Amino acid sequence: MKILVCISATPDTTSKISFKNNDSEFNTDGIQFILNPYDEWYALVKALELKEKLGGTVTVIHVGPVQNEPMIRKALAIGADDAVRVNSTPSSSYETAHQIAHYAGSQNYELILSGKETIDYQSGEVGSMISELLTLPYVAFASQLDIQNGLAICNRDIEGGVEVLEIKLPVVISASKGMAEQRIANMKGIMMAKSKPLVIVEPLPMASNTSILSYSLPPAKKGVKMIDADHMDELVRMLHEHDKVI
Amino acid sequence: MKNILVAIESFNGEFKKSGLQAVSYGKEVALSTGASCIVIVNGETSKAGSLGIYGADRVLQFNKPISPADTQALTNQLAELASINSVGMIVMPYNSTARGITGRLSIKMKSGCVTGVQKLPTNIESESVVVSRSVFAGKATAAIKVSGPCIVLSLSPNASQLKTSGNEVAVETIEVKGGETVKVVESKIVTGRTPLPEAELVVSGGRGMKDPSNWGIIEDLAEALGATTACSRPVADSHWRPHYEHVGQTGIAIKPNLYIAIGISGAIQHLAGVNNSKVIVVINKDPEAPFFKAADYGVCGDLFEIVPRLTEAVKKFKHSNT
Repeated sequence: MKILVCISATPDTTSKISFKNNDSEFNTDGIQFILNPYDEWYALVKALELKEKLGGTVTVIHVGPVQNEPMIRKALAIGADDAVRVNSTPSSSYETAHQIAHYAGSQNYELILSGKETIDYQSGEVGSMISELLTLPYVAFASQLDIQNGLAICNRDIEGGVEVLEIKLPVVISASKGMAEQRIANMKGIMMAKSKPLVIVEPLPMASNTSILSYSLPPAKKGVKMIDADHMDELVRMLHEHDKVI
Repeated sequence: MKNILVAIESFNGEFKKSGLQAVSYGKEVALSTGASCIVIVNGETSKAGSLGIYGADRVLQFNKPISPADTQALTNQLAELASINSVGMIVMPYNSTARGITGRLSIKMKSGCVTGVQKLPTNIESESVVVSRSVFAGKATAAIKVSGPCIVLSLSPNASQLKTSGNEVAVETIEVKGGETVKVVESKIVTGRTPLPEAELVVSGGRGMKDPSNWGIIEDLAEALGATTACSRPVADSHWRPHYEHVGQTGIAIKPNLYIAIGISGAIQHLAGVNNSKVIVVINKDPEAPFFKAADYGVCGDLFEIVPRLTEAVKKFKHSNT
């Protein structure tokens, strides 16, 4: 089974967010970038589980600059067999999807996995776009996945529940929580990762059809109003009269 | 701007508020550009014509439902409708269907897409608009210029208000073509309360609840309010509560009108999933709990005493208001 896992770099959750150049650009100074948790914990680990069960290879692909290579090595240390880095700094989901689809198009992957979204921009569009560019079925937010007899059997998260689906391979799937359990790279994995192949691919020239003009920070909270534990009727009154939420 | 196509679904024959809001959103954009708001309904319902009241100039309905799991089939049908009807923008509520198709539809339409739009567009040109959406887990908002002959937008709840100034319209039936590539084996829906992503009132418990057997007081408060229950990650991971109740960065991100956090300290990963709530109430015994900094109202003390007291106050209020 030939599997491709799309991995992205995102600022660590605890990062303090600020902007520069008249609030038109995200300020990356002092920001710690990590492997996007949905890509690492769920998509990559599920790919490794399927490889352990069915045999095959797991390739990770990342669209990003050379500074992100330590994150690619981390994915290799967790267990991916080889890696591809498209040497470009994408400014939109559209660019990322095109670069990945362009590479994957000639490689005959049976399964393309990604996390459900990155934890920074949270668009969740890349998998959906790749599937259209490659004319493949797509399942968004799958919380379980198994492969049996050339069929992907997966749970798709829907409002208030899940749907169980059967789809013929090849297919593109995005992973939500529940698909797998996080794995930590061990020392052997870290040593082996250093010699695993990492191919650099030059990007297609791209013009994106979305661009971020500016960022703004939300208005500061006015500060918490403490309510005496004995006066819950006062809290209810405020929620009704002042906030009009009940 | 050319015509607006609003794609919505019916559930058990009815429309959800998010779908009706999408219709009103489409109408607002159409009004500002002199175009038509065309609504396509996917699902079995006899009420499609009533969408005219919310702003639909024309209502189309597929002659048989297309499973949203079949993202290819649904995308192809919507793309065809968009081309036939000279559509410059496709709008849908952000939900599990939108997650599957907005990206692929935008590729098909050779146009940009934006997920989770919060407000009506500005700077409307013939082939571009500017919209805003939440980024960095609610820590910032981005203004995004999106371009193309047929822009695709999915909408956050309350991106526009419901408008009910129109009239019922006739429903035109659209023949669905092509076979299915995805087989839906089973649908497991938890019945009862409103699903979390759509809930306007949410009561959530954390480790401070100490034991799953204590959840009765959370259920009682939720029942009194008509709210949906939720929980923090440690609670779901310890199997005290089902995973579909987990809100936070790795669980479900929600934006209800009211979020009541009980015995939850407010780790940044939890806040990331709930800080778009309109009003946050935090009940915690630790005055230093970080959640208080993100709250509108705080109650410091023993939750096992406070929560039943709050439930009684809510019941008293409901009683006097009926």
